[in-house]
Amino acid sequence: MTNHWVDIRNADLVLIMGGNAAEAHPCGFKWVTEAKAHNKARLIVVDPRFTRSASVADVYAPIRAGTDIAFLGGVINYLLANDRIQRDYVTHYTDASFIVREDFAFHDGLFSGYDAENRSYDKASWEYEIGDDGFARIDPSLQHPRCVLNLMKQHYSRYTPEMVERVCGTPKERFQQICEMIGSTAGPRRAMTIMYALGWTQHSIGSQMIRCAAMVQLLLGNIGVSGGGMNALRGHSNIQGLTDLGLLSNSLPGYITLPFDREQDYNEYVAVRAQQPLRPNQVSYWQNFPSFFVSLQKAWWGDAATAGNRWAYDYLPKIDRLYDMLQVFDLMAQGKMNGYLAQGFNPLAAAPNKAKMSAALSKLKFLVIMDPLVTETSEFWRNYGVHNDVDPSKIQTEVIRLPVTCFAEEDGALVNSGRWLQWHWKGADGPGEARTDIEIMAELFTRLRQLYQTEGGAFPDPIVNLAWPYVYANRPTPEELAKEYSGRALADLVDPKDKTNVLRKRGEQLAGFGELRDDGTTASGCWIFCGAWGPTGNLMARRDNSDPTGIGQTLQWAWSWPANRRVLYNRASCDTNGKPFNPERPLIQWNGKQWIGADTPDYRVGDDPAAGVGPFIMNQEGVARFFARGNMTEGPFPEHYEPFESPLGYNPLSRNEPRAVSNPAARIFKSDRDALGSAAQFPHVATTYRLTEHFHYWTKHVRINAITQPEQFVEIGAALAGELGVAPGDRVRVSSNRGHIEAVAVVTKRIRPLNIDGRTVHTVGIPIHWGFTGLARPGYIANTLTPFVGDANSQTPEFKAFLVKVEKV
Amino acid sequence: MALQSLDIVRRSATTTAPPSVREPHTGTVAKLIDTTKCIGCKACQVACMEWNDLRDDIGTNVGGYQNPHDLTDQSWTLMRFAEYENPDKGNDLEWLIRKDGCMHCADPGCLKACPAPGAIVQYANGIVDFHEENCIGCGYCIAGCPFNIPRISKRDHKAYKCTLCSDRVAVGLEPACIKSCPTGALVWGTKEEMHQHAAERVEDLKSRGFDRAGLYDPPGVGGTHVMYVLHHADRPQLYNDLPEDPHISPAVSVWKGATKPLALAGIVLTALAGFFHYIRVGRNETHESDERAAARETEHVRHE
Repeated sequence: MTNHWVDIRNADLVLIMGGNAAEAHPCGFKWVTEAKAHNKARLIVVDPRFTRSASVADVYAPIRAGTDIAFLGGVINYLLANDRIQRDYVTHYTDASFIVREDFAFHDGLFSGYDAENRSYDKASWEYEIGDDGFARIDPSLQHPRCVLNLMKQHYSRYTPEMVERVCGTPKERFQQICEMIGSTAGPRRAMTIMYALGWTQHSIGSQMIRCAAMVQLLLGNIGVSGGGMNALRGHSNIQGLTDLGLLSNSLPGYITLPFDREQDYNEYVAVRAQQPLRPNQVSYWQNFPSFFVSLQKAWWGDAATAGNRWAYDYLPKIDRLYDMLQVFDLMAQGKMNGYLAQGFNPLAAAPNKAKMSAALSKLKFLVIMDPLVTETSEFWRNYGVHNDVDPSKIQTEVIRLPVTCFAEEDGALVNSGRWLQWHWKGADGPGEARTDIEIMAELFTRLRQLYQTEGGAFPDPIVNLAWPYVYANRPTPEELAKEYSGRALADLVDPKDKTNVLRKRGEQLAGFGELRDDGTTASGCWIFCGAWGPTGNLMARRDNSDPTGIGQTLQWAWSWPANRRVLYNRASCDTNGKPFNPERPLIQWNGKQWIGADTPDYRVGDDPAAGVGPFIMNQEGVARFFARGNMTEGPFPEHYEPFESPLGYNPLSRNEPRAVSNPAARIFKSDRDALGSAAQFPHVATTYRLTEHFHYWTKHVRINAITQPEQFVEIGAALAGELGVAPGDRVRVSSNRGHIEAVAVVTKRIRPLNIDGRTVHTVGIPIHWGFTGLARPGYIANTLTPFVGDANSQTPEFKAFLVKVEKV
Repeated sequence: MALQSLDIVRRSATTTAPPSVREPHTGTVAKLIDTTKCIGCKACQVACMEWNDLRDDIGTNVGGYQNPHDLTDQSWTLMRFAEYENPDKGNDLEWLIRKDGCMHCADPGCLKACPAPGAIVQYANGIVDFHEENCIGCGYCIAGCPFNIPRISKRDHKAYKCTLCSDRVAVGLEPACIKSCPTGALVWGTKEEMHQHAAERVEDLKSRGFDRAGLYDPPGVGGTHVMYVLHHADRPQLYNDLPEDPHISPAVSVWKGATKPLALAGIVLTALAGFFHYIRVGRNETHESDERAAARETEHVRHE
């Protein structure tokens, strides 16, 4: 989230799209209720199904799964064509005025530089024009034909209401009504919040859907303001912490990226990431990258990381490609992996194409499961009748199950969607032989280290030199780890301006990432968390909910990254003079000497607004980008592409370009492409999702949850049910080209047939929660059906739009 | 007197006058269920199971979101889901979700119908409670209830329903369902406060185009201590057949009303007849020959 849960109550308009907050985040949804009750907010829900969120919405619009960019592109077209934008904001706080290179082009669904053979782009032309002074050229009058705003106008002019209706199936009048409501928040005193979740991320164009919505918000001036923002609702306890701490194959903590194979040189690695300003006088905060990186290396390798060995840069793996979930399981399916450690992960159920997953796991020599529950993955080799019809005699994988405690059985911090690190205390001891994940990992490490110490190896240094300063090596405490990721001084830190002034004594915890240094005198395991456990103690454990300004800014409650800032980009809530755009809900303001207010300013506190420093301090431009430059895989502007399994088989926006039907730059392995189905065989659009009554594949192990939602079902519209002769409660078989499931049919008016470019398209809804272990009635794994292809940027699988057929059993 | 905070003002099948001098100073309590804020998450169902330590069977899906399918002796509250195409809004769909359970009528049909002394009581705070130790399992409470709420357990043949968490309310806590509701669709307070809150909600709903929004507090049962805010207060039956104008069944009224004196008269007449028979004919005596005949009869029956 750019904002936070409580701030949603400040919204004047709430758009829930690409998510179903009432269903999947019922507790957070209370803030929508608050906004409606106390702020007269209106709620819009756009979804293929009339959802629990829609049940309390003021306006609902149906949409075909996977066509959100067509819809949002239509909104952008409306806002630009009808001048429903916050002009001051767009002019000064975005790259609208930046001039793009002359060789940048877009034609028939493809951007300049497309390499069809490698399904990738040469992104050189996706760049601003750089002047002789080394800065990007701009045209503040916004007249230049190649300034970003005009290119954007041109790009989205194709997204007419008629086109939206053809692609999305959203009736034109309803779309128009929603555009008008959204456009009403262009004024500085009105804000819209956008709440989304996996309904946007789980598409082959998911990252661009989110980007497109962020562009809508920028046009309206709704980023950085109270009641606005782009608010990702994180589904899994601490999934936000997972990304923050870099538990992705190409990440290091704090959104530092791992070096590539080609980046053997430390200085080059740093130079690319320590981005310099693209406009005069801009902060470009990533310039401080060396401080973040060196402090990380010092936290990990302590005294072994020195200036002489380039801060142990060689200890880091250099990746030849992404090792995301899909890549790893594809390698496993090819028999190229021996072992797999599934920690808090149930991939047989959670990854796409169960048949492929089952075959892949069968090729392992060993599989270690760390989980509190008997997961399907840990039982993948066992025959459970129709629900897991395997022959155990043919599977040689040795499965080792390590029972672990669950979150309520351990102390520690969880990071919520709003980036708050909230410390919690265990509610109970774990049962039986369960141990914490930390204990298991620690002992695994000390034993591996022992082996390297006694037997050596090709390159034992990263293991034997890893700093392990915990009192008990086999069980570091959550407190020790929290202090480590927050960070401390390794030497007395003196004020560079006054050498007699010691700012931090050696060993003292640091107050924030501003204190980090690139000379090896500070250590911080995750720079964005720096200060969470500061010199005054554990700020994550704070429970003071005082709200001095009354707009839900409780800065003394827990701690938020970065720098206890609750609303990112909050400088953009003020005009160029430092006056709040909306005086009724000011976050910060310039008092003539410094920035003050209800939030930690996202700005240098002493910067006079007259200096013209932009509010988006992390960007080289100092402003927000409509034009992504080379940062996205498939293009600098979001463009609609069909899901990999499309009911149309063509892209109505680029009818004549077969290479632009689906995301032209998304990676898909050959066997998975062969496993795609066509609309001729599988005519219906399926989408998977979660139910309030359950949490992933966990709570089917819990009796109360099993009582409230006991048995697997699929949802089909009354019209399709009529065609198939299916009555509510009948059993149906749903098949894709990868397998089938059988479940009870919930026949509903909440799913209506859509008219897509002249043909009727039905949506089939598939809740995911069932499997063959647990207390609820046994069911099929929903991901038996889903395609093995992901978003071109994040590789998140396309669970939300694929093709199936439905038959009565 | 039981708990001072739970003064009993009415007791089934009892003629002893209840204590009447202690009026609750703060008025009676009420639960307001705002169907327009409800997202059907079932947190209230879960809280009810947990607080009251109830566990229903793990059932089946019969083609909807409603689970368990109906109220049972183990499920005292239940979300009921209805899909409604609103002709006034171009047939836009509405998903009307109603938390079902005991309405705690001011004039409770169950209590009136109940023949077991003290099996059903009404407290001064308005809660209608079942005291199962006195229940004879006759099921008259079901016949007496205009909302079809009580359920007889198959195991002990006694009637169960929502207690409005009388045990929590007695010590100043809100019912468990209220505490669990994430959206504030369930609100708790005095009946007067809930009327006030509902009025504000209705005003908001009218501003959103629900011209006929209103409060459901049916006068036919003397009003209820569980009330609904409805988008369509003029058509409560849209919400899974919430009765439009609930009344205690005429059978119960007749039985407990006009018929009751007749029945009492019948009982008195029978007693009098017995008395006069005794006076006139004397005791019913048996002779030894009668006993022997009876023994033979018994033996004969055993051998058959």
